[in-house]
Order: sequence, then C-alpha cells, then structure tokens
Amino acid sequence: MNSTSPSFGKSVFELLSSMRFAISLLSILAVASIIGTVLKQAEPYNNYIIQFGPFWFEAYEKLGLYDVYHAAWFLVILTFLVVSTTVCIYRNAPNFAREMKSFREHVSEQSLNAFKHKHEVVTSQTPEVLAASVQHYLEGQGYKVKNLPREEGVLLAAKAGSWNRLGYFLAHSAIVMICIGGLIDGNLVFKVQQLLGYKKIETRDIPQSQVPAISRLSPSNPSFRGSVQIPEGSSADVVFLNVADGYLVQDLPFTVALKQFRIEHYTTGQPKNFESDLEIFDRSGKKIRDATIAVNHPLIQDGIAIYQASFADGGTRLSLRGWNLFAPTASPFPIDGTVHQNAALTSEAGDYTLEFTDFRPFNIENMGGDAAESGSTMSVLGGSPISDKKHLRNVGPSFQYKLRDSRGQAHEFSNYMLPLELDGRWYMMSGVRDAPNEAFRYMRMPLDADGNIETFMRLRGALLNPAWRHEIAANFAHQALPQNASDPQIEGKLTNSAAQVLALFAKGGFQTLGQFIETNVPAAEREKAAGTYLRILELAAYEALRIANRQAHLPEPKPDDATGWLVRDTLNSVSDMFVYGAPIYLQLMHYDEVKASGLQLTRSPGKNVVYLGSFLLTLGVFFMLFVRERRVWLRIKPGHALLAMSSAKHTIDFEKEFTQHAQALDTLAK
Amino acid sequence: MELALHQPAPLLKRLSWFDWLFAVIIASSGLFALSRFGEFMDPYEKGILLAAIPALAVFGWFWKSFRPLFIIVGAVSLFAISQYHGNLARMDEAFFLKYLISSQAAIMWMCALFGLATLTYWIGLLARSEFTMKTATAMTWSAVALGFIGLMVRWYESYLIGTDVGHIPVSNLYEVFVLFCLITAMLYLYYEARYQTRQMGAFVLLVISAAVGFILWYALDRGAHEIQPLVPALKSWWMKLHVPANFIGYGSFSISAMLGAAYLLAQRGILASRLPKLEVIDDIMYKSIAIGFAFFTIATILGAMWAAEAWGGYWSWDPKETWALIVWLNYAAWLHIRLVKGLRGPMLAWWALGGLLVTTFAFLGVNMFLSGLHSYGTL
Repeated sequence: MNSTSPSFGKSVFELLSSMRFAISLLSILAVASIIGTVLKQAEPYNNYIIQFGPFWFEAYEKLGLYDVYHAAWFLVILTFLVVSTTVCIYRNAPNFAREMKSFREHVSEQSLNAFKHKHEVVTSQTPEVLAASVQHYLEGQGYKVKNLPREEGVLLAAKAGSWNRLGYFLAHSAIVMICIGGLIDGNLVFKVQQLLGYKKIETRDIPQSQVPAISRLSPSNPSFRGSVQIPEGSSADVVFLNVADGYLVQDLPFTVALKQFRIEHYTTGQPKNFESDLEIFDRSGKKIRDATIAVNHPLIQDGIAIYQASFADGGTRLSLRGWNLFAPTASPFPIDGTVHQNAALTSEAGDYTLEFTDFRPFNIENMGGDAAESGSTMSVLGGSPISDKKHLRNVGPSFQYKLRDSRGQAHEFSNYMLPLELDGRWYMMSGVRDAPNEAFRYMRMPLDADGNIETFMRLRGALLNPAWRHEIAANFAHQALPQNASDPQIEGKLTNSAAQVLALFAKGGFQTLGQFIETNVPAAEREKAAGTYLRILELAAYEALRIANRQAHLPEPKPDDATGWLVRDTLNSVSDMFVYGAPIYLQLMHYDEVKASGLQLTRSPGKNVVYLGSFLLTLGVFFMLFVRERRVWLRIKPGHALLAMSSAKHTIDFEKEFTQHAQALDTLAK
Repeated sequence: MELALHQPAPLLKRLSWFDWLFAVIIASSGLFALSRFGEFMDPYEKGILLAAIPALAVFGWFWKSFRPLFIIVGAVSLFAISQYHGNLARMDEAFFLKYLISSQAAIMWMCALFGLATLTYWIGLLARSEFTMKTATAMTWSAVALGFIGLMVRWYESYLIGTDVGHIPVSNLYEVFVLFCLITAMLYLYYEARYQTRQMGAFVLLVISAAVGFILWYALDRGAHEIQPLVPALKSWWMKLHVPANFIGYGSFSISAMLGAAYLLAQRGILASRLPKLEVIDDIMYKSIAIGFAFFTIATILGAMWAAEAWGGYWSWDPKETWALIVWLNYAAWLHIRLVKGLRGPMLAWWALGGLLVTTFAFLGVNMFLSGLHSYGTL
C-alpha cells in the first residue's frame, strides 16, 4: 500500500491510500471513541449543566460531546475511514487480482539467482523426469504448479495460498460495507432534514397528539430506534426518539396494545423473566396478531422489531389514609391517588400538590445479613458456591410521591405498606429526601401490640395537645413523688417543669429541648439536666398515653417493657417529624396495580448489510492471517537444478518450509 | 525416500486408533446428552451441541494433547457428579467433593497449581533446569484439568440449586476469570509444544497468576464465587458462543503482551541467554495476536448479533461495545504495521505490551469505572 506508483500521481490519492494515513485514522477513531465512554451520553441536558457549569456546558455542546457518535466530526472520521479503505482497495485491486492468477512465469534465471532463499543441486536425472517428480511433490504440498518448457530444460512455477490476497479484498470491502450499513441505520436522514429546516426537535412536555408535524416522522421512515411505555390495557401507535435535549414522534404503521405485563422471579427474589402479551392492530383497527415478547425474544412486525426493554408502573390506583401529623388529634382521613397523577391537598400548614410518582409491588432489601459471614476464608476454600441469601427479604410494596408546597418546593417520600422489623421491634417506615441523588432518610413509627400505628398516633396527638398538657404534667408529678411524702409545693414545681418540657418538645422535639438546655443551663450541668429532662419526658409521655387511652375509651396501657419501648420510639419519631418535611403521613391501605411495559421498536434496514459485511470480514481476516502466500520456482537444466522461494512474510514457518523443500529436492534429484 | 519428502497423507489416513476412539467418545457423549436433555434445549442449543461434536473431534486431531485432557476432565467431572447423588449437601460430606473436586475445591486447586507452576517456571528458567520446567508444564496441565473440572461441576451444581437457576458457568466476572486462566494456559501449552521451548512459561504464567490473584481476592473479599441466577438479558444461547470466543481473544492478547515483555528484556540482554531467540519470541507474539484478533473479531460480531436480539440494536455505542472496538482497532493497527510495513522489533513489542492495558480496561475497567448495558460483573 505504501509503494509509490508514478501512474497515480495525485498527492491526495497518495495520502488517502497511504498506510500512515490508515493507521492514523484507526488511532484517531479509537481515541475519539473513548470520549463517549468517559462522558455519559444522551443524559438530560440539565445534568450536564450541573456537572460542567454553563460555560463548559455550551462549549461541550458545540463539540457534540453529548452524542459523540452522531456528531458531525465523528461522522467525518468514519467517512475518511471508508474513503481511505475504498481508495486502498481501488489502488491494490488490479495488482492483487493479477498476482492471484499469475505464476510469475517470466522470471529470469538471474533474478532467481538473486533470491535470498535459493538452493542449487546437481542431478543425474533428465529435466523432464525431475520436473515431473518435483511437480508431484509440490502438488502434494498444496501448490499449484505450471510446467513450462525453457531453453535447455524446464521451469516449474508454483504458488500456494493465493487466498491470502482474496482475504485482503474481503476484509477491506467488509469494513466499507459495515460502515455503510451502520450509516443507513444512523440518523443521517434526519440530520439532513434538520439542517434544511424540514424537521425540528420537540422539547415541550405535551401530549404526543399535539406534537406538530414538523417533529413527527412518517411510518415510511426507513430506519429508526424509539421507545414507548404502554400501560396494561392501553395501546400506542407512536414511539419516541430521544434526540439531543428533546424528542421526535415516530408514527407507526400499526398499533401495539399491551394486554398484560409479567415479571417472573427466582426463589431468591431476583427477576427471572420479563414478558409482555401484545396485540397488534393495523391502522384501521383490524387485529393482525397476538404475540408474547420477552427479553431476548423480540417480535418482528412489518420489518419493525419490537423488544421488551423495560417496565414501569402504569398508573396503579392507591387507597391511602392521611395522618395530619401536627394536629393534636388521632383520626386519619381517606385519600385516593393514582401513580403518575397529582392530587391537591389543603391543610392548615398551606396548600400542597401530591405527585404520585411510582409504586413497587416488591422490595428486596438486605435485612442486616452479615456480609463477612459468606466471605470467610473457609467458606470459600472449603467449597460452597451456594449463596446464602437469608438476609435478603421481600419487604412488600412501597409507593413514592412528591409533596410540593405552594412555592414549588418539593420533598420526595417513599413509604412502605407493610411494617419492617428493626432491632426486634416493628415499625412503619417512611423515607424522605430532598434531591433525587440523595438516599432516603427514614422516619420509623412504632407499632402497638395489635400491629397498628394507632397507639403511636394517639400518643403523638396527646403530646402535641396543649389543652392536655397541664393534666399530663400533674399526673406525672403525682406519680413521680412517693405517695407518703406528698408536698404540694414540690409537686407544683414538678408539674410546671414537666409542662415546660412537654411544651418545648411539642414545639420542636429534642432539638428545641437541647437548645433550651444550652441557653439556660451552665455547661457543667448540661449532661445531667439532659438526662433529667429525658426521664421527665418519658414518664410524662407514659401519663399522656394513659390519658389518651382513657379519652378514647380504651384499656389502661400495660406498664411493661413493650409500652416503654413504644413510648421511647414515639418520642424519637415525633422529634423526627419536625424535620420530616411534610405535615402529613400517607399510609397505604389498598392498591390496584397497573403495570406498564417499556417497548423498544426499531427498523434497521442496514442490519443485513452489516451482517454480510461481518461475515466477509471474518472470512477475510482468517484468509489474511492464516493463509500464507508462497511461490516456488525450479529451473532445471541438464545436470543442474535451481530452487527459489519467495513470500510476502518471512516467518519462521517460511524458513522451515524452504528447508523442507530444499531437502526434498536433494532427495528427488539423486 | 517417501518419508523424507513429508508427503502429507490425506487427513483421515493420518489418524490413529486413539483419534478415532476420541471422536467416538465425543460423538457418543454428545448424542447421549442430546437424547437425555434434548427436551430442555431450544433448537439453537441443540445446534451448538451437535456442532461441538465435530469441532471438538477435529480440534483433538489437530492438537493431540487435547484428547487426554478432554477425556480426563470428562471422566473426573462425571465421577464428581456421581458423588453428589443429586444432593448439594454432599459437597461437605463426600471426601472427594469436599477436598478435591467440588467446583470450588477444584478451582482453588487450580489457583494453587497455577501459582506453583509460575514459581517453578521461574526457578527452571533461572537455574536453566529442563527438568524443573517440565515439572512446571505438568503443573500447568494439572491446573488446566482441575479448572475445567471445576467449571463442569459448577455447571452441574447450578442445576442442583434449581433447575431454573442452572446455566453454563461463563456468566459473571468470577467465572470468566477462571475461563480466562484456562484458555490462556491452553494457548500457551500449545505454543510450548509447537516451538519446543518452555522458557516463555515464566512470563506467560505471570499474567495467569495475576488473574488467579484477582479470583482469590474476588472470592474471599466479595463472595463472588457464589452461583447467582441469570438476569433475563443473559438467558440466551448466544452466551455459549460469545463469551468463550471473547476469551480466546483476551487470552491471546495477554500472551502476546507477556512475550512482548520477554522480547524487550531479552533485547536488552536481560535473561537473553535463558530465553528463546528473539525471532522465536517475535513469531509467537505475532501468531498469538493473529489468533486473538481473529477470535476477537468473531466474538465482537457475535456480541453485536446478540445485542440486536437483546437490546434492540446491533451497535449502541455502549461502553463495552466501544471499548471492544478500541481493542479491535488497536490490534488492527498492530497487524497493519507488522504485515504491510513488515516492521518488527521493539516497537511492536512495546505496542503488544501496551495492548494489555487497553485489553484489561475493556475487560475489567469498563465494569469498574463505566456504566452501561453490559454490566454483568461489578467489583
């Protein structure tokens, strides 16, 4: 390829077909490809702005770094690769084709003598007889041999491994084919339309039926790759193509309806299979077929492949109980919601919007299993690859929602439907976070002996109720002092202290109490004071529970450990409520699950071109690397023979083979 | 006289009775498996099984040492399976299983033997002791046999955990690292016999030992040796083709890198008298890259075809795909320079050594640092 040939003078042509240019292209392509693996591609543009800041965001956008592999400059590199390879084929083709056919029979005796690999023998046989036996030998070795009469004797011209050259053609034209196939399936057509102003990306979040024609692609679009989410019982006749910071709507030549989406699980809880039962209708509404697709088992319809790509919630209906956390009462109110829909919420603390975002029927959680246990040296060397997954448990359904206040500020919540066991006691869990990249912080609400949160809520209501505060404090003071030594003055003081502690706690939990101690108690006595206040709070809370039970016409709480823990956990939980970020807690009572299946639909006419190219590439690579082209000449004159051998690659194998042929000639010439 | 001419006889006439016996064993065990388990296989899996019969037979005819390896691995694996009585708990009860040939025990023996073999090769190399190096070769063969037994038994164990859990053990990073050690060792053993030189074992076994180190860390620290059920995307017959083909590529590239290192040392006079001639190292380095490149090409194409079926597109510029392309481009450039420019020597040796970095990143780094669809093994 690097040999200069004066008949092709143009230097551009020289450059394009030069080896150096080809190697440079391969290297540049490799380096350019790295960019897209380091920088996450096709993320929402907001993420990039946060990551790089506005200046670099724009610079990178201009360079097309958010979709490197479809950037114009990347396509230019690929185009150069195709052009360079094509020119290279064009340049070498005639030469190689000749070489494949030729036996190089016009080689002169002088030039044979100049070969590095040559071997001369003296023979007693006639040229014809020796020629015949060597020809037989070489043909046995896989050579094609031409026997040519020459003055005073014979020239044998032999060649083997011509397919090596064929391999060159196959491999290099395969590269061109693969690139062209890939280009057909790329978004080149759209890019041109966009450049000419025929098409525009839609960036607004509007129903697809309102997307204008300029952002829609017709069903006859030869190649696309889009996705769509269909809830059970619904259908779709479009898919969405994500482009840059927006999308395009691709109209389909048919309608896909989802009857059912299923997830199968292994006994360990990991997902085993995702399946969608689909119905395909033509545009007039006539059913074409039923089909079930699964991962690795797509459906082909009208040249469009339909893949199982993902799944999501399709609008599960939720029946909830709302607990007004800061109301001094214990009664919940009913509330209904649907995932992906919003509900308005009016409370004393202001107006809120509830945005239900997700529902999960299963949650496999690591329930405190000791990871070190399975990683112990003996269990690895001693031989069990059987996973002990006892610490993994399905903790049941959960749902997610955002609570947005009138200023637009939102916290995100994730509530479990079923209680979880932690440290031997059971709690209802509600997680909260301020941003999607944070982990949930959980508020845990203790369950009573009946397994309900009612007792917690009752006690919470009592603790927050200023009307009951004096009675609670008085009861506490009365209980706290020995029966026989009752002193009204001390009892009154204690009542006041308890009422103050309760009021501080009701204002802002442990944090307010702590601040109070810090401002009013000398540093040396703070720890002691904190201990005393905590003790007062716990005992007073127990009295609060007694009063609350009495008011609700319920039996007296048992003065046992369980009640003690319930009171302590309630205090912790109420204290957490002040940083919970919402005035209500939503408890999931019932749900009616609706799943949605995420489908990917593609039409890729270039696929067959790419596959054919791949097949040729494989053949070509094998021919090029494992078929060695060799040529042998034997010039025989009466009494004397000259063997010469040549190959493009002088490998050890070649040396060995030459030695072998030379020995064979020695034997045959005897 | 005929002998001196090396006239190659037709292939079938060159086969010995053992070759035929080997072919009969493979065919009968393949057909037995088909008749016994055929109802649980899809047409593609049956096709793979049937195609494996001639492929393995011819491979054994081509590389004679493969025949005893195959028979021993098969026999010992069957013996191990018979010891289970269909009960996983026997792993801790049956003597042979507990200490020798349960999957984990066999793989740990493999690790130990590869480590010992590395040491022995180095002692043999430094002491110029042919006998010591022969011992190292024997250790390497034993390690390969035990490793394959370990994988075979692991395959069976996965079905004992649950019939829906069972799968060929090439599905996660731990399993493919074992496969990597085995394929690299086998490729090396082939070259060792072909070129009648054991001196390069010291270098090649270093990369295997590094992989063994990773296996041990991965199992001990991360519990990665546990058999996990397949995620839906991996439940496909493509896995049986794509993964082994890829590891022939990775293994070959690793060998070439180690030979590159040996070349560079020898060229500077270090160990030069103990290592084979530079031309020999260079030749094996080239052959190794050629084999690796051919199989890596096939593996990448198979991967693209699988992606077309599982992810909805034959090429999505996923990090793993992109890095496979980068590896491919790297060695394509290497081969162009070598074959077209005819260049030899230290530059290509350096390049082959550097190629190991690219290959390792594609194989391991992508899983560690980048996210994407192809995330089947995390650290």
